[in-house]
Amino acid sequence: MKEELFVSGRNIPNIDPYLNIWHWQIPLYLFLGGLAAGILFFAGFYVVRGKEKQMQATVKWAPIIAPIALVLGLFALFLDLKHKLFFWQLYTTVRLESPMSWGAWTLMIISPLAFIWVASYMKELVPGWNWKFSLLEQFEAWVIKNRQYFAWAMMIYAIILGVYTGILLSAFNARPLWNTSILGPLFLVSGFSTGLATIIWISKDEKERKKLSRIDLIFIIIELFLITHLFMGFKAGSETAIEAANLFLGGPFTVSFWVFVVILGLIFPAVLETLEIWGFHVPKWLPPVMILIGGLMFRFIMVEAGQITRYLY
Amino acid sequence: MKTRRDFIKISAVGTGAAALSLKAFGSNGFGLFKSEPDGPVSDEDLTPYPTYCEVCFWKCAGWAYVDKSGRIRKVIGNKEDPHCNGRLCPRGTGGIGMVYDEDRLKTPLIRETKKDGSQYFREASWEEALDLVAGKMKEVKEKYGPEAFGLFNHGTPGGHFHHLLRAYGSETNAEPAFANCRGPRSSAYYSTFGAYIGSPESTDIRDTRCLVLIGSHLGENMHNSQVQEMSEAIDNGATIITVDPRFSTAAAHSSYWLPIKPATDIALLMAWIHVLIYEGLYNKEFVEKYTFGFDYLKEHVKNMTPEWAYGITTIEPEQIRRTAREMAGAAPAVVVHPGRHVVWYGDDTQRERAMAILSALLGAWGKRGSLYLPEGISVPHFPQPEYPEPKWTWKNLNYGKYPLATMGITTELLKASIPRYNYEHQVKAWLVAGTNLPLSMPDKPLFKEAAASVEFIAVMDTMPMDITGYADVVFPEATYLERYDVIRLAPNREPNIALRMPAIEPKYDSKPGWWIAKQIGERLGLHDYFNYDDYAEVIDWQLKKLGTSLEEMKKIGVKKFPRKSGPLYLGDGEDFTFNTNTGKVELYSTDFADHGFDPMPKYTRHPEPPQNFYRLIYGRAPMHTFSRTSNNPNLSDLMSENSVWVNPKVADLWGLKKDQKVWLKNQDGAITSFPVKVRVTERIRWDSVYMVHGFGHNNKKLSRAFGRGAADTEMITNVAVDPIMGGTGMRGNFITFLTEDPALEGKEVKA
Amino acid sequence: MRYAMAIDTKKCVGCGDCVVACQTENNVPHGYCRDWIVESVDGTYPSISLEFRSERCNHCDNSPCVRCCPTGASHIEEGGIVTVTHHKCIGCGACIQSCPYDARYSHPDGYVDKCTFCLHRVQKGQNPACVDVCPTRCLHFGDLDDPNSDVSLAIKDRKWKVLAPEAGTKPQLYFLT
Repeated sequence: MKEELFVSGRNIPNIDPYLNIWHWQIPLYLFLGGLAAGILFFAGFYVVRGKEKQMQATVKWAPIIAPIALVLGLFALFLDLKHKLFFWQLYTTVRLESPMSWGAWTLMIISPLAFIWVASYMKELVPGWNWKFSLLEQFEAWVIKNRQYFAWAMMIYAIILGVYTGILLSAFNARPLWNTSILGPLFLVSGFSTGLATIIWISKDEKERKKLSRIDLIFIIIELFLITHLFMGFKAGSETAIEAANLFLGGPFTVSFWVFVVILGLIFPAVLETLEIWGFHVPKWLPPVMILIGGLMFRFIMVEAGQITRYLY
Repeated sequence: MKTRRDFIKISAVGTGAAALSLKAFGSNGFGLFKSEPDGPVSDEDLTPYPTYCEVCFWKCAGWAYVDKSGRIRKVIGNKEDPHCNGRLCPRGTGGIGMVYDEDRLKTPLIRETKKDGSQYFREASWEEALDLVAGKMKEVKEKYGPEAFGLFNHGTPGGHFHHLLRAYGSETNAEPAFANCRGPRSSAYYSTFGAYIGSPESTDIRDTRCLVLIGSHLGENMHNSQVQEMSEAIDNGATIITVDPRFSTAAAHSSYWLPIKPATDIALLMAWIHVLIYEGLYNKEFVEKYTFGFDYLKEHVKNMTPEWAYGITTIEPEQIRRTAREMAGAAPAVVVHPGRHVVWYGDDTQRERAMAILSALLGAWGKRGSLYLPEGISVPHFPQPEYPEPKWTWKNLNYGKYPLATMGITTELLKASIPRYNYEHQVKAWLVAGTNLPLSMPDKPLFKEAAASVEFIAVMDTMPMDITGYADVVFPEATYLERYDVIRLAPNREPNIALRMPAIEPKYDSKPGWWIAKQIGERLGLHDYFNYDDYAEVIDWQLKKLGTSLEEMKKIGVKKFPRKSGPLYLGDGEDFTFNTNTGKVELYSTDFADHGFDPMPKYTRHPEPPQNFYRLIYGRAPMHTFSRTSNNPNLSDLMSENSVWVNPKVADLWGLKKDQKVWLKNQDGAITSFPVKVRVTERIRWDSVYMVHGFGHNNKKLSRAFGRGAADTEMITNVAVDPIMGGTGMRGNFITFLTEDPALEGKEVKA
Repeated sequence: MRYAMAIDTKKCVGCGDCVVACQTENNVPHGYCRDWIVESVDGTYPSISLEFRSERCNHCDNSPCVRCCPTGASHIEEGGIVTVTHHKCIGCGACIQSCPYDARYSHPDGYVDKCTFCLHRVQKGQNPACVDVCPTRCLHFGDLDDPNSDVSLAIKDRKWKVLAPEAGTKPQLYFLT
């Protein structure tokens, strides 16, 4: 029998017996970041494609959620910090090797973009809106004139943000569950999917919703493909990677992951969306809500389970 | 007269203390007020004060480093000290926790009885508590004579009370350190070599070529310099032979581990002796010149062959021969370690004798790498009148029973306290200083009966240990880092002394032991025995007699003196007269023969565990000193509870899982007060379980130790008494597992 | 200069002195520790092996904790010692996640804390507190670039291993086996 134990009483809060330094704040932050990235990407995308008119909800309405999500996400991140009064240290330096630094700076750029985006549509969203200051009015005019450029910037930063939510985890090679490059695209796709779900939920335009549903289906299929790939990679990997995968293949996270994330959060809404496209009547809110809950759970599970996986002891 | 004394948990102290402790909790809990400075402080900003450690009996000298705010930051070993060579063990390093343990006894306490008959402790002034104890001592002296006032003591604080009681006229004292610990070894080595083995033991492990450990787990007991020397021996490539039913730390570092069946050590030792003699491997020169009774021994062990021992010990004959040859090859540089806590099966003096005989056959005495010739230094007594001669002493309690006991026997003192034993000399009151009897002695019912029988108990301790619950008066003692104490004088390779002085003022309303003893002495009219205001005066006077001074010692802490008794080792062919009846090393003990004991050790079969029971083996953890450190904040951080070690096969049989909590029940139906976690490990045999001693405290006021782990002493109700010196053999107890809370079971039956 | 430590598992008895000495030297709060002891048992009674390892931050040559720190609070001092500047640390926990040895923890005051090899002592030419206290002298510290340093001599003629080499961090604790 092999036995490995601490004999000096080590039992550090949040470290032992299993690492649990990140609680609900980080997965929520990742979820909201991915969601905002999805919304902003498609808003930018349809402006660049010149489909502003056909995709009203995507371009104008849904983006209102993005800055709110980003602010809430940042606030969650702030709550996660244990040395809060020093948070400003994040913005005294750019650390290219640190995903946390990347995230902080990306959010620093994309959040104002999101706010400006929403502001530039305020007059269309709220009839009779008045900026009251001429400077602001001038700025608005300038933004509207250069909206194409803003759209491009937003798309690029949305992708960075979406990928970042996965890379934040995958950069930690000490946690075998996270340490795979699939996590970047997987979180990007998943984030875009939750963004699409939100827009679909909001949109009142049947045509817009069908179009978005088709895209979402593609994303869900890619996501399922990436998840399969993820586990194939683990199973073909080192012992620590296999142990990580086993948490989901018979281990404590098996049911929550496969039932709630994969079946109820991906496959089931995908079927419903397909049925809707084929013309069957499906409650409009059901598929998006399932995708959103699935996406949220996915992040909670990944953060929780990843912290358990390790090299030693 | 009191007929019954309730056990009072000190948590019942008045509201004042509760409020105080709440405040302390609040300020710590919410971190509003930061009393502790952050980060490391450089040594230049700290002031070192010399001390010697009181966390265990090794008494390593060190320096207490005090910062500018008056807080002790760390305790570091004194480089000149042969006990520690500048390196304290974890307990010494964590000794600081004794000072800053917020559960400490803070003020004198006096037992009171409410109208409804319930008893509680009342906070009292020193004046009142001292008057009460002095009054009781006068009363006992008048009614029964001073001899009826008994003392249980341990360590340096006990010394001051020993002095007080001698001045008062009593020498009725005993410490668990003898009959419950190392007594058999003292009697055995004294009867063989005419000398004690001492503390620190005079084992020359540093230079040994072969170290033999029989049930002695160096590394788990942190007998500091010995552990250091074992490490040196490993570096030097010495052969280490460890005999232990458990794969101990020492076993892991050994060249040979003999996983012996418990209770059969004598058979192995005799087989080794047989091999040495019959293969002609013994040190003929030594045996010829210095020993007595070789021919008797040769005849005695004739049939004690390795094959015979194999049937008893389960150690392969070839392994026995090979290890015997290893020893012979290394002789005389062999240390057969006599062990320390050696009261196991009731024939322990004989087992220790076998070890002494084995050493003698190897010539492993007084030679480099075996047992060196220690030398101490003696300090003159501070001027005082002669002690009065007591009419009877602890010796009278042993008389006719344990002729070869060299110290008082705790169980005898307990029995003398109980009228139904009808002792000629009876004990009516106790002073207990620095020893937690309920957890350091076997047979708790006997202790409880004795405690209930005596008229008065005064206890001095730094912590609300279980023993304080039985007291009528509790004195809060200052910790060793807050007081002056006697000069340390333990013999060693070089004679040396060490100073203990206060690094900080005593916290709370605690007082040094010497002060308490003096105050009582003054009240008894014994001023002439306490003719000083501060114990520093005594120390300074004594140091000056030794050619140094308090001033010098404050700077150096430890001082070595040149040897006067000659070299550390016996010269080749040097004449030497041993302090025995024959003047020789007695392979055949004339003393034992005279008293009707076996003059040479014999293997006797001891009871084996019945079905579904397992032999309880207990031992030590390197970070704790028995029960006294369990609540130390620094040390409980390292180990907060004990576990019961169970072999995986046994665990399978019982369906026990790692960390599962079980209660233990012994052969007499005794059940542990608290559950203990299971450790499933290959390091223990399938016929035994193992526990670290010193846990399972029953006093709620010990906030970190209460109810953590289980007390092995609760499982030791069967005591095999050594007829030679009264040792209390404790390894003949067998336990089984209860997976359900026995308290609940009882309730269900009632319902 | 490259500071490193060698731990002789043939001599360590797992007493935990290094842990207490570190706690008192560095004022580590109760319940936390910068170093710890692992007991590793293998085999079946009576053929068993047992190893004690005094572990702490590996002060890795390729330290992920320093790379992932968003503020530069985690950094490398002279001789490769990895430390955290408390007033720069925001307590995001990224470094804790990044360490394959779980050698870092969140101090109750908020910042992340860890073994510093007792930098404040090393800078004065002293050994880390754990090294100087160890009763078995099983800890060896020094500069690997100096062939005569205690640590260089300790690993010279002995077999050694490092922990989790597959994590790729180039750890600098050498366990003599």
